[in-house]
Amino acid sequence: MMRALLLSAAALITVPAAAQDVAITNAKLVIGDGSAPIEGGTVVVRGGKVVAAGAGVAVPAGVERVDAEGRWVTPGIVAAFSRVGLTEVDAVNGTNDRSATRSRFSAGLDIAPALNPMGSPVAVNRAAGVTRAIVAPGASGSLFAGQGAVVDLADDHDMVTRPRALQFVAFGEDGSAKAGGSRAATFLLFREQLLAARSYARNPATLAEWGSDALIQRADAEALVRVIDGTTPLFVRVDRAADILNVIKLRQEFPALKLVLVGATEGWMVAQDIAAARVPVLVSPLTDLPSSFEQLGATQSNAGRLAAAGVPVSVGVFDDDDAHKMGYVTQYAGNLVALTKLPGASGLSWDQAFASISSAPARAVGMDASIGSLRAGRVGDVVIWDNDPLELGSRPTAIWIDGKRQSLTTRQDRLRDRYATPQEGALPKAYDR
Amino acid sequence: MIRSMKGGLLAAASLAVAGCSANGGDVRSASDTPAAEKAEKPVKFDKNPYPSTYKPYAGRPTAVRGVTVFDGEGGRIDNGTVLFADGKVEGVGGADLAIPAGYDVIDGAGKFVTPGIIDIHSHLGDYPSPSVDAHSDGNEATAPTTPEVWSEHSVWPQDPGFSRALANGGVTSLQILPGSANLMGGRSITLKNVPSRTVQGMKFPGAPYGLKMACGENPKRVYGGKGRAPSTRMGNFAVNRQTWAKAAAYKKKMDDGKAVDRDLAMETLAGVLAGEILVHNHCYRADEMALVVDMSKEFGYKVSTFHHAVEAYKIADILAKENICSAMWADWWGFKMEAYDSVNENIPLVYKAGACTIVHSDDANQIQRLNQEAAKARAAGRRIGIEVSDEQAWTWLSLNPAKALGIGDKTGSLKPGKMADVVLWNGNPFSAYSRPEKVWIDGAMLYDAMDPKRRPVSDFELGQPGEGDVK
Repeated sequence: MMRALLLSAAALITVPAAAQDVAITNAKLVIGDGSAPIEGGTVVVRGGKVVAAGAGVAVPAGVERVDAEGRWVTPGIVAAFSRVGLTEVDAVNGTNDRSATRSRFSAGLDIAPALNPMGSPVAVNRAAGVTRAIVAPGASGSLFAGQGAVVDLADDHDMVTRPRALQFVAFGEDGSAKAGGSRAATFLLFREQLLAARSYARNPATLAEWGSDALIQRADAEALVRVIDGTTPLFVRVDRAADILNVIKLRQEFPALKLVLVGATEGWMVAQDIAAARVPVLVSPLTDLPSSFEQLGATQSNAGRLAAAGVPVSVGVFDDDDAHKMGYVTQYAGNLVALTKLPGASGLSWDQAFASISSAPARAVGMDASIGSLRAGRVGDVVIWDNDPLELGSRPTAIWIDGKRQSLTTRQDRLRDRYATPQEGALPKAYDR
Repeated sequence: MIRSMKGGLLAAASLAVAGCSANGGDVRSASDTPAAEKAEKPVKFDKNPYPSTYKPYAGRPTAVRGVTVFDGEGGRIDNGTVLFADGKVEGVGGADLAIPAGYDVIDGAGKFVTPGIIDIHSHLGDYPSPSVDAHSDGNEATAPTTPEVWSEHSVWPQDPGFSRALANGGVTSLQILPGSANLMGGRSITLKNVPSRTVQGMKFPGAPYGLKMACGENPKRVYGGKGRAPSTRMGNFAVNRQTWAKAAAYKKKMDDGKAVDRDLAMETLAGVLAGEILVHNHCYRADEMALVVDMSKEFGYKVSTFHHAVEAYKIADILAKENICSAMWADWWGFKMEAYDSVNENIPLVYKAGACTIVHSDDANQIQRLNQEAAKARAAGRRIGIEVSDEQAWTWLSLNPAKALGIGDKTGSLKPGKMADVVLWNGNPFSAYSRPEKVWIDGAMLYDAMDPKRRPVSDFELGQPGEGDVK
């Protein structure tokens, strides 16, 4: 029985398929925009894009039909703030392109050419239902970490959906360490670097005039100009309530900044201010320990309280294994649903919780018109699950990315199959494949 | 585990250190011996100088009825009743189990009762929150072997992590291990998860000590980085074997009644060789675990549990034959080479091979969700045809870790006479949508989700933002 199952799993290894037109019918259909699941739903994907999703959607002639048999069908998970593709084995430096702490560049760093679509974390996270990810760089030699990307996790050689999709900067304790030792230094360095970039934009010759006194390199200045004018969203790691308010105030001087708060552990304490500023927040939702003095107010109710105040909340995996285990976001979202039953706690409804791992991160990075839901016109990233996707142990049984059917088999599955019976056979394990 | 050891080790145990009882309860101290005789007479020392002062907190006779019970030993009762009083489980049965007069009765339709979760691998207190340098007390990374250090001497009882493990995780007992920088990191301590002013007030009464050992990358990286041995895996084994050889000689001297200078490191290792102290060996790779099994036979000790046993599935047959437990994560991987061959089915594959299976955390966050880790592993097993019921999977969380810690006769399952370490869950604990509702330790209700007053606030959290929040 087990042997047969394993063999059939191995047989599913496929080469990347061409985009195909497909209609998934008879689904418990989740659109991903916060609306309730639709029983008996259908989603139609043509030319790599969703053309229709809902109840009573007709299947056009000539389109392949896949009967979901009543199972959950959702958009692919969008991992907010991950490092997928940037590392294979964290402790093996050669494989680890998360951060560039000895680089003379900062804001100008662009992770796109560092991404490895063939790395095993891509396949493992895909098999957990993650089809897109917001990937941010780790620390650089200065305050700004550099430019992240939005990626897909398809089984092909190009994973960049949008390069230079965000700029990342850390305030709080991390930022202090980079800027010279205090929060005062962080805010001053931030402001001075942006002003330098603005001067450079007005007159590129100023950079040469500053010579070795220049606060930034040319490439950094160009990246920061796009932050100042709001072209590139600025993802800000910040936790302490007071720091959050000060970050929001930066828009008094730089009004076009497109802020996204990352972490915001004490965000619930200033939720009304964040909501009034219309700033989205990416939370690591189960953070509940006072791990540092800027996280004293940590609680699992942070996401729920922010959402209740009207803040758009996305759920991510960070301060955690952000390259290998992005599939944890479904578990985290499920835990937020659990909190709705606990007196004194704040959680999310199931529909909100799913949106927090699909359309909300897409919206935070300014891409909800193209990814993160099954509304017409979005990419054809569709997952059929064997059970409620927010429930523990649920797994995809089929995945399409850009309308292409994907392999669900990973290197880990191959190892599992090899050692399904640990004893040696007639030949050593090395021949067992 | 002491009781299940093979003949050779039992013989060694019978040669227990002079002046010490087999269970380490002897309290004679060196000062009992007149100074003039010290050089000639065998050293008699107090083997329990920091004794447990734990006393169960006050509980009320309680009956929880109408619940699904996982008894921790693989049994399940639907519409069950659990009775406890005076700190002990009194009875576990069906709806017909009579409830004596005067008991608090909790009706729990749709709810579940389990034994408390036992985390065999935690650093709470040694690496507490906030995790600032001043609190970094878990690795005595100044020599490759430090069996002389005791993790209990680093535990900060005010670590807020203890209350999170209680309230969100239903964790009622846990082993605090020194870290893995060293081949022999020191002694571990098993605690009851109760708030206390002192670590002695948390010490699990009668629990044997453990010795933390570590294979592989960590010791060779830490000491190789300092330009000294060990810098390779073969160096790891050389230092270990030389140290065990020294310990065997030290123990023989004591067993022969000869005078020895007190050597705290050797006392710990002699305790291991005598079968009084249990070995908890951090070891990821299958090939290294097999080598450790041979090393344990070379020197006459037994490994209780391989921790972080990411590759246990590759040698599950060997682990079953040797009666060694594997403490595992559901799906951690990729952070270092020895964690590269992780598979989601590790836990169910080890279970299927008939070996002792434990889910552990090594993490202040994941200790709050060990039930969920077990649920993920169980689901991975089911997908390849390994059927594990809820009630069987619960053995990974309570009785198996209890046995591996040498406290399986006292806690880890809901059997009459055992400690009333009990969790009431507001739904199936293998669902993401369930939470602990009430937690009792020795029959005392120390957490109640429905009552803000039954929510511990550590000294550190008092007067801070978020004090007393649901967390």
